[in-house]
Amino acid sequence: MATYFAELKNDFILNFIDEGRWRWLWEGLGNTLIITFVALLMGLAIGIVIAAVRSTFDKNRESMEMHKGFGYYVLKLSNAICHLYLTVIRGTPVVVQLLIMYFIVFATSRDSLMVAMIAFGINSGAYVAEILRGGIMSIDNGQFEAGRSLGFNYIQTMIYIIIPQVFKNVLPVLCNEFIVLLKETSVAGYVGIVDLTKAGDLIRGRTFSAFMPLIAVALIYLIMVVILTALVGVLERRLRKNER
Amino acid sequence: MKKLLALFFVLLMALSLFAGCGGNKNELVMATNAAFPPYEYKEGNKIVGIDAEIAEAIAKKLGMTLVIEDVEFGAVLTGVAQGKYDMGMAGITVTEDRKKTMDFSNTYATGIQVIIVKDGSSIKSLDDIFEFNADGDPVGLKNPDIKVGVQENTTGDIYSSDAIEKWGFNDLNEDGSIKTDRVVRYKTGAEAVAGLGTKVDCVIIDNEPAKSFVAKNQGIHILEGENEYAVEDYAICVQKGNTELLEKINKALDELKADGTIDKIINKYIPKDGGAS
Repeated sequence: MATYFAELKNDFILNFIDEGRWRWLWEGLGNTLIITFVALLMGLAIGIVIAAVRSTFDKNRESMEMHKGFGYYVLKLSNAICHLYLTVIRGTPVVVQLLIMYFIVFATSRDSLMVAMIAFGINSGAYVAEILRGGIMSIDNGQFEAGRSLGFNYIQTMIYIIIPQVFKNVLPVLCNEFIVLLKETSVAGYVGIVDLTKAGDLIRGRTFSAFMPLIAVALIYLIMVVILTALVGVLERRLRKNER
Repeated sequence: MKKLLALFFVLLMALSLFAGCGGNKNELVMATNAAFPPYEYKEGNKIVGIDAEIAEAIAKKLGMTLVIEDVEFGAVLTGVAQGKYDMGMAGITVTEDRKKTMDFSNTYATGIQVIIVKDGSSIKSLDDIFEFNADGDPVGLKNPDIKVGVQENTTGDIYSSDAIEKWGFNDLNEDGSIKTDRVVRYKTGAEAVAGLGTKVDCVIIDNEPAKSFVAKNQGIHILEGENEYAVEDYAICVQKGNTELLEKINKALDELKADGTIDKIINKYIPKDGGAS
């Protein structure tokens, strides 16, 4: 057992201490976090806009079809565009989207970090949009009707009555999406970014030991997800306070 | 919590003990990264190339069946070092670092690191890329805007990373951010070449794959003349201490060299007239 620990210690020194290899991990962690954070904000922004368009169209379709005004056609067109976006983004793997962004869409850009943020943000937006739409559609129609009969218009009903309930309902699913996003950024290495996973790969490629770098990378991801889950848990509890 | 943590580590250790096990039939499992023409690449579903054919010939000599596993280049090295694969053949250069963790056979081919640039690039020679010290070793980049593309974990990566990042790891940009991605590491050499001109200014890669890439892409060329970055020997690697297999491989290699099989295989993929194949 003692030799096992001695070996473990040597392995640790070789993989992380020698030549300052831990700095790969540090740098990779920073890149993973910044990509995830920016993509998360972007995804939320895109998701909110698209969910608003799609659910507004779904909710008001029947009443608007009766007298087809200009607004109906605008909404119908935006709904179709959103639908196309969702189909394409959810129908293709994120690695492929990332490579398309990197080599084709932003062919002349050298800032691969920015390209990755945009690619992951656009990807995440599609999932967030559907989560939010699901949340909006799940609220009982009676809530809408109650709002309208109190004299609120559609937008006021949404803001004061529906959205607060939606937010509480979708929080666990959103948290899930953020965890997925954080872990999905591990493919950023495909476009030459040193993210956490790639950092582990680079150490592995230089020390030829698989155990230490892989376990270290796995542990760091795990810790990040545990912290994220705990934060969302706190938020959930706070939001539930007024339920009784 | 402490108990849970202890349990977790015990499980980890148990897992790591299992890592060494594996079936041993009459198979010779070779790991490679089949994106390195003409040494190994895919034709349809089949992995062909110099390494694949030499391995086949060796397996025949040893009376074993060859099984080729196509994995990432880094995984070839790690896998062999851990004994997951019997041997690794992926245009693997013998380096001092690698010798510490695995054993190498006799050399069967020579590779040279060359530089691919876009036609009309301002990079005309190695001196346009690197600063050299008195010993002629590269110690940094001449122009901080230059980006070097490589395949991750290859010698091209390690040489240029050493040159650039051993000295420049903590260098700061003017805005205070840490200088990092001056060496852009791709999963395959082909991706590095795809980024040439737009994403990176030059690609450092082995000579023969470089020729294949240049032949298939217009508007790029290999820097000629005294611009060989490093001359290196390709060899087969096996797990450290697996001398039994190593001796068998060496014996087979010697026989194949003597009867001209190896020359024949290499000539088939790399025509002697120097024309890119």
